[in-house]
Amino acid sequence: MINIFEQLFKKTQYAKLKKDAVMNIPEGMWIKCGSCKSNIYANDLEETKQVCPSCGYHMPLSAWDRIELITDNESFIELDENIQSLNPIDFPDYERKTKTSTLKTGLKEAVITGIAKINTEDVVLAVMDSRYMMGSMGSAVGEKITRAVEKSIELRYPLVIFCASGGARMQESIFSLMQMAKTSAALGRHKEEGLLYITVLTHPTTGGVTASFAMLGDIILAEPKALIGFAGPRVIEQTIRQRLPEGFQSAEFLKEKGFVDKIVERKDLKTVLSKLIFFHKERKEA
Amino acid sequence: MKSAMDRVNLARHKKRPTTLDYIKHIFDDFIELHGDRCFKDDPAIVGGIASLNGKSVTVIGHQKGRDTKENIYRNFGMPSPEGYRKALRLMKQAEKFGRSIVTFIDTPGAYCGLGAEERGQGEAIATCLIEMAGLKVPTISIVIGEGGSGGALALGVTDEIWMLENAIYSVLSPEGFASILWKDSSRSSEAASMMKLTAEDLKQFGIVDKIIKEPGKGAHDNPSKTAELIRSKLLMGLSKIEGIQRDTLLEKRLNKYRNIGEFSI
Repeated sequence: MINIFEQLFKKTQYAKLKKDAVMNIPEGMWIKCGSCKSNIYANDLEETKQVCPSCGYHMPLSAWDRIELITDNESFIELDENIQSLNPIDFPDYERKTKTSTLKTGLKEAVITGIAKINTEDVVLAVMDSRYMMGSMGSAVGEKITRAVEKSIELRYPLVIFCASGGARMQESIFSLMQMAKTSAALGRHKEEGLLYITVLTHPTTGGVTASFAMLGDIILAEPKALIGFAGPRVIEQTIRQRLPEGFQSAEFLKEKGFVDKIVERKDLKTVLSKLIFFHKERKEA
Repeated sequence: MKSAMDRVNLARHKKRPTTLDYIKHIFDDFIELHGDRCFKDDPAIVGGIASLNGKSVTVIGHQKGRDTKENIYRNFGMPSPEGYRKALRLMKQAEKFGRSIVTFIDTPGAYCGLGAEERGQGEAIATCLIEMAGLKVPTISIVIGEGGSGGALALGVTDEIWMLENAIYSVLSPEGFASILWKDSSRSSEAASMMKLTAEDLKQFGIVDKIIKEPGKGAHDNPSKTAELIRSKLLMGLSKIEGIQRDTLLEKRLNKYRNIGEFSI
């Protein structure tokens, strides 16, 4: 009897690859698409600006790559580049975490702000980077966004924010929660001034950022298939104890439900942004 | 000396007075108003017009249930977008008629369900935040139990933020915090003390303006006494804020939030 079972459950023998053979591919040559899982040649991805050539999935873009893609050559002037969060609740290991993040990404915080031109149109621009502590919002992100809003009021330039965030930064507890109120209050003043505010929701935009400045744009754009929501998918699944339907919380889903104005492919973003800004300029009658 | 987790447990105590309990005790009269005029009425948030010492005020708050049946009806005090939209409708109504606004905060957080996401939980909360910051009437929020995350803050962008002695206010629940940090939600007690979520902590940070003492073992020990303490503070607090000129009040409120944050330049 025992013998029969052993035979039944005996693993089929496959030819094994030697470890060296697997390791022989130079690192960073091939990148796996986060959506269709196909292997993409890294050089191709650079050309498509991190958009998967086979399925069109928009992979996260670093803030500096985004700025290069969206703004006119050498027009970007960075603001408040040294602002960094302190450790307001004395959270253990927080400083070490931010330092590691800085070493890994070269960023001092999860958002870069500045003044730039988009197809010759002046804007105040804020670009989040999800690689820095998941793009979470703490005191520094809140302050930099607020200052960008104020700069937009001062110069009377439109404000464009690219969102990418896992939400509030829990290491700053109540201070990070209050950044939602701080940024929203600043945007309230911006609104009263009659100035244009456009948000672009990129993968992923969730939590406290969704529930504050991300959803407050006069016009809300999104990149294809970006995950956008208040609660993260895992939290929802735990709450309702079921699997989420395919495409739930995707940019396309939000557009269908009426929370996103337009889905724009990465390659078209610069043109669409500059057109929208142009529409809001005071124009003399032809 | 109570630990942070003691406060968490008191804030969640099953006999802790809820918004409607306080409304009944604090105000001379109250008429509840329902619905967001878009989708439905959310029982997790209650609101209406009340009378306080002869003056009309708008009162809004999260509403938890007393027993399982009521908790299911109230969704354990976890609002959906329509709850926030009702709250905002009542706030704008108060602004139109020049009524001051008092909010009671007591929620584990905004609901994380399918429908809530579909109907724009993020947008509903964000809109509350931006609109509350600009309301042209005096506003006071009081955290009476759990102040959980954005779902609590959505009723909390006010001229003054008060907390009951044993109430808590934080970016997420201690259980959520522990499960992210250590993948173990049972270490909530450790998380609670790390999170600095007590009224005392928040007063020290300058985020909370006033702590209201609780009688005996806590608010549940003597609800009417707690309500009486809140009432007397409200009478004083409201008349103080109502005396401030409107533009000054708005500027003060904006500056209050503008200045929250700890960073190096």
